[in-house]
Amino acid sequence: MPTPNRSAEKANCMTKKTIKVDYLARVEGEGGLYIKMKDDAVVDVKLKIFEPPRFFEGFLRGRDFKEASDITARICGICPVAYQMSAVHAMENALGVKVDAPLRELRRLLYCGEWIESHTLHIYLLHAPDFLGYPDAIQMAKDHKEIVERGLKLKKAGNQIVSFLGGREIHPVNVRVGGFYKVFSKRDFEPLIEALKWARDAALNTVRWTAKLPFPKFEQDYEFVALHHPEEYPFNEGRIVSNRGLDIDCSEYEEHFQETHVEHSNALHSHLKERGAYFVGPMARYNLNFDQLSPMAREAALEAGLQKECRNPFKSIIIRSVETLYACDEALRVLESYEKPERPYVPVEPREATGFACTEAPRGILYHHYRLDNQGKILDAKIVPPTSQNQKTIEDDLRKFVPQYIHLSQEELTWQCEQAIRNYDPCISCATHFLKLDIERT
Amino acid sequence: MDGKSKPKVAVWKFASCDGCQLSLLDCEDQLLAVSREIEIAHFPEASRAVVKGPYDLSLVEGSITTPHDAERIHKIRRSSKFLVSIGACATAGGIQALRNFKDVNEFVSIVYATPDYIDTLQKSTPIADHIKVDFELRGCPIDKMQLIEVISAFINGRKPNIPAHSTCIECKRRGTVCVMVAQGKMCMGPVTHAGCGALCPTYDRGCYGCFGPQETTNTDSLSSQLKKLGADNDEIVRVFRGFNAYAEPFRRESELHDKKNH
Repeated sequence: MPTPNRSAEKANCMTKKTIKVDYLARVEGEGGLYIKMKDDAVVDVKLKIFEPPRFFEGFLRGRDFKEASDITARICGICPVAYQMSAVHAMENALGVKVDAPLRELRRLLYCGEWIESHTLHIYLLHAPDFLGYPDAIQMAKDHKEIVERGLKLKKAGNQIVSFLGGREIHPVNVRVGGFYKVFSKRDFEPLIEALKWARDAALNTVRWTAKLPFPKFEQDYEFVALHHPEEYPFNEGRIVSNRGLDIDCSEYEEHFQETHVEHSNALHSHLKERGAYFVGPMARYNLNFDQLSPMAREAALEAGLQKECRNPFKSIIIRSVETLYACDEALRVLESYEKPERPYVPVEPREATGFACTEAPRGILYHHYRLDNQGKILDAKIVPPTSQNQKTIEDDLRKFVPQYIHLSQEELTWQCEQAIRNYDPCISCATHFLKLDIERT
Repeated sequence: MDGKSKPKVAVWKFASCDGCQLSLLDCEDQLLAVSREIEIAHFPEASRAVVKGPYDLSLVEGSITTPHDAERIHKIRRSSKFLVSIGACATAGGIQALRNFKDVNEFVSIVYATPDYIDTLQKSTPIADHIKVDFELRGCPIDKMQLIEVISAFINGRKPNIPAHSTCIECKRRGTVCVMVAQGKMCMGPVTHAGCGALCPTYDRGCYGCFGPQETTNTDSLSSQLKKLGADNDEIVRVFRGFNAYAEPFRRESELHDKKNH
């Protein structure tokens, strides 16, 4: 990429430039970026999503209600547990089934495993190389071997939970409407406890390490949206709340949020009908649920220099580390108080019904809505993944971020823009039902 | 591959969930060791550095669903000495091949408000329908240890040691009691390719065929058994129309029962 001649540009009264990234790296799925500037002002930002669409909502029609969790898991190989959780909770909501402890606790445990695995993948393998100036974690490992090894081992601890309780790390097989296919005795979980005690220490060290990374000054006024539950940090249950007064049940989601189809994206853009762009994911959860974190996670956050509120998306790497610490702590809590359930699942009978659920995927709220006939066949399905909800906010961030860093070379500015996108840990595979980067400056 | 430089490995993505390429990053214990033996030359999910081809080994994830991708796969083949397709999308068209049984335009309009923006092919097809593939690694998702075996085999110039028998045999080897015979659960194990270690029966459920059809299948006999367990035609169609719906033996069997439905 040619480095633009800054002095030559300043000689013109009208300058135009473009920042382009054809294929964004270290994100899940296929997308790019296009930014067009005129007189150092950003005139156009497009987060382009060319990941081919796969039409999940289309082929869910006619399938049995019991199949939705395994089918929708295939939307994303990074967060299949999230899809399984939203699907089974939506079905249980439709069919009037309530799954209580200890099955409810086991679902939290499974989600802890996915958060640890997914967050650690992003912290160490996808995001940290930006802060330290490496193209990837493998190059980073040449200078920071122990750090990368710690990350891999921490990631493995999350995967151990998912593969033991779920059967395998990717597309686990043990989740069903009403509970699980198979449940385990307390003794079976013992090897996990040792791994998690190590992981909790490693997660605490991860919080301390990420807190020392260099952060650009970039505070924005966002509307954060997340689940909120009075007694626990949210996974599967809670009301959808925001810092601007939104407080609704999952069944009211479509009354407040709208998806629109824009030409440059195979992922639908989501916005709040009344106020527009909003922000989901770890930073939104943290801002809306600080008091629900475990004492250890709260203390680590404050010690790392975070306040109860954080509005710098670059610091999401610290918040992901705090959440990873929380997930290790919470998984240990679940395991220590665990008693084997009497039966692996609550029986479920089909009926004509409509069901809704929102759960907290690693990247933010994941909404599922199903309509079933009296045989339990799916008539309609609607799925809104976290990344499609963040698309507008990512574009807004870039619009404000680029003018601050316009003095950088094309190569540096492009990399900074990529990093700004990776703040959101976008999952394009999820959103396409969703990324490529062009920054244009002539 | 010459002895001086490390073999260059590339990872490519088409329509998929990213899960199969994630399997490589899920090799937490082996990743750094593997990266000492090979040069990861193109792997956008993990690195922004791109080394130009040609590549010694290309791993291809995902199915072909757009006119642009149908072109792109030929370029990748031309720059690859060996090419291995990984996962159910790349080897059978994936779950998105369910569109192949219907009019795709109907699906486009269900999901997208402005269908004109969407550029898609009528069918989702496996990589081998478009180019010559040197090996197909099955699974939805693939097994990560099998992936390491395949990479190791190709960079060392030998045949991958990947058994082609059925999941049923894996179950017997593990000593798992048959869930179909003993518990009357519907199970795809008798016709499904090995590789997962017979996971589902170990978790008290029937196999749902995520590794696709084994080498020679008797799908007809399985359908008869499913009927005895109470499945109707509609259910049999759904059983075969999963993550490997467009793999020939499964496609044929589902179409047979779909006709009986009408």
